[in-house]
Amino acid sequence: MAETSDPVGAAGRPGRGSSRRGTTPSAAARGLVGATERTPRKAAKPAAGVRRVKPAPKRVKPAPKRVKPAPRRVRPDEAERVKPVGTAGTVRERAAAATAAVASSSVDELLRLTGELATQAFGPDAKEKAIEAIAFLRRRITGDYEVDLFGFDEELTEAVLLPLIRPLYRYWFRVEVRGIENVPASGGTLVVANHSGTIPLDSLMTQVAVHDEHPQRRHLRMLGADLVFQLPFVADLARKSGTTLASNEDAERLLGSGELVGVWPEGFKGIGKPFAERYKLQRFGRGGFVSAAIRSGAPIVPCSIVGAEETYPLIGNLGTLARLLGVPYVPLTPTFPWLGPLGLVPLPSKWIIEFGEPVPTDAHPAGAAEDPMLVFDLTDRVRETIQQTLHALLVRRRSAFF
Amino acid sequence: MVTGVARYLGACFARLLGDDPAVDRVIGVDVVPPTHDLGRWEFVRADIRNPVVAKVISRAKVDTVVHMNVLATPLDAGGRAPQKEINVIGTMQLLAACQKAQTVRRLVVKSSTTVYGASPRDPAMFTEDMAPKVLPRSGYAKDSVEVEAYVRGFSRRRPDVGVTTLRFANFVGPAVRTPLTEYFTLPVLPIVLGHDARLQFIHEDDGLAALRLATMEDRPGTFNVAGDGVLMLSQAARRAGRPVVPLPGFASSTVGGLLKRAKLADFSPEQIRFLTYGRGVDTTRMRTQLRFTPRFSTAEAFETFVEARSRGGALDRDRVGSIERRLVGALNRVGSTDG
Repeated sequence: MAETSDPVGAAGRPGRGSSRRGTTPSAAARGLVGATERTPRKAAKPAAGVRRVKPAPKRVKPAPKRVKPAPRRVRPDEAERVKPVGTAGTVRERAAAATAAVASSSVDELLRLTGELATQAFGPDAKEKAIEAIAFLRRRITGDYEVDLFGFDEELTEAVLLPLIRPLYRYWFRVEVRGIENVPASGGTLVVANHSGTIPLDSLMTQVAVHDEHPQRRHLRMLGADLVFQLPFVADLARKSGTTLASNEDAERLLGSGELVGVWPEGFKGIGKPFAERYKLQRFGRGGFVSAAIRSGAPIVPCSIVGAEETYPLIGNLGTLARLLGVPYVPLTPTFPWLGPLGLVPLPSKWIIEFGEPVPTDAHPAGAAEDPMLVFDLTDRVRETIQQTLHALLVRRRSAFF
Repeated sequence: MVTGVARYLGACFARLLGDDPAVDRVIGVDVVPPTHDLGRWEFVRADIRNPVVAKVISRAKVDTVVHMNVLATPLDAGGRAPQKEINVIGTMQLLAACQKAQTVRRLVVKSSTTVYGASPRDPAMFTEDMAPKVLPRSGYAKDSVEVEAYVRGFSRRRPDVGVTTLRFANFVGPAVRTPLTEYFTLPVLPIVLGHDARLQFIHEDDGLAALRLATMEDRPGTFNVAGDGVLMLSQAARRAGRPVVPLPGFASSTVGGLLKRAKLADFSPEQIRFLTYGRGVDTTRMRTQLRFTPRFSTAEAFETFVEARSRGGALDRDRVGSIERRLVGALNRVGSTDG
């Protein structure tokens, strides 16, 4: 699940990141190189006359490579492992100065400079942040953290996994969250949502939405298909981010311990449906989630997600290859596999996630979970609510991308 | 009567019973004489695989049989074939002897949570009533499943005998040696790439206490016995200060085989599945019906093992801690010259 966010998250940035790497350092480097190397060449070049321009950039290029390692070497010293952005031009000049300090081998000077550098780059509380980051690294390296019975690693999720997908949530899909007040502040609650988009980005985005928008910053504990736990990396990250197997036992155990549980009952039928059938809800499993909620007396919060359908419009499916690989489908989208890895970049659709009014389940008589008619009724009710909200939200959204 | 006393846990348990004034007589049975301290109990050299054991039971008028002779390690038994022989045929013979002996009132079987197997389709926590999603197909786990099946058959045929089956999570502690503890003492731990297993441990003292409770009190039934909480495999490796080498799934059995041949560690395919998918068991019934509360949680039990057996790894906490102090020190110097 979360694996998918990696290439995506990285792919969101390269546009900016790579272009900056192409221009800025060389500019900084040009300034730097000027001091040391340009002088001898100047003597030679006037003789070359008109062609003088061409060799110059070539000379400049190798320089940044030599310059770069220096600031990097400085960083571990002061252990600036916090990685916020915001490296401005002035910082680069300081880095150049730091390089000079290395050459003069004056340790105090170096420390003073790196201190200034850090203050400029990361603000006045840089030291506290760095000490915190070191302590965090130490805890991670020595295993000094807690996971719950399901393997949920709260520290890792908050400090690493959520920040990794948050840019996608904020800047790529510009998720708008409505009705977060319908998610109770505490107690076992079941969030039931529609599933779509070929790759389950919708569950990741809902997880961020609940954590970031809810006043109690609750963690959404998701229920995943068994395929999730077969795939390497996906299995690992899924457990650590709080996902567990979609089974009645696990759902009831989570709800019973007062967790907020998210389920996408359409499963592969929903996520792997063709683009032509977008926003048409599929069958809601066998209603297992409803009986789990009734048994735990947990309210059901219907959740409608608009936008995920357009991330990877599924226009075809390589059935034979899917059977060979043992996966439910191998998608063909307008960009995948035609554009290679670039095809993994989701289209930047505009998302709306709306949480509906909770449906109480604790008023039912004992043994209601064993009454199939009641379970089907409740399943249909939840399904209808989500379907109608989807239609309403689609009308509200002006276009798929804005 | 206690079977399997030549090995560490069996000997400890026999000694524990021997020290108990409420127990008149303890008879330890095994094929080889125990190397551990004998204490106040008698050793009878007998092979549970042959009917001699029936004579021991009838002559000593044994009323309680504690079966601890299901071996987890083929190396101890001298190979997989003898291991299976001891585990399965031994149990059959022992149960046959118990069935004939009218004096026997109670049977306690040391089983393990390996009977639940390990697969990606497992629920997070197994209760005693759940069946494995994928039946273990080899090694100790398969033996345990078969042993439990024979024990169930026995309890049907002798309803007057109280049968307690204890399914233990992996034993750890300062002294006990199991395939898993040996694994955690390797300098570098091979793990399966892209997977991280949930592990549960039971401290050796807690395990013995649970066995003692089941032996002395009448608490029939099947119980999971494990410490509270779970550790991830990666987390346990870090706590032990050992770096890990991730190996792709298909290579793990090859490497496992190599390590086995080098007698460094003992990896059965079942063990590898366990280290891939992990397992968790629910211990509610252990608390409510067996009325047993372990003193050590999973993490604490593992800690006692690390302190005793696994310090000084490449990523030992002291080493990492001193690097942290040095970094913070450097940082403070930066801060002071800065300010």
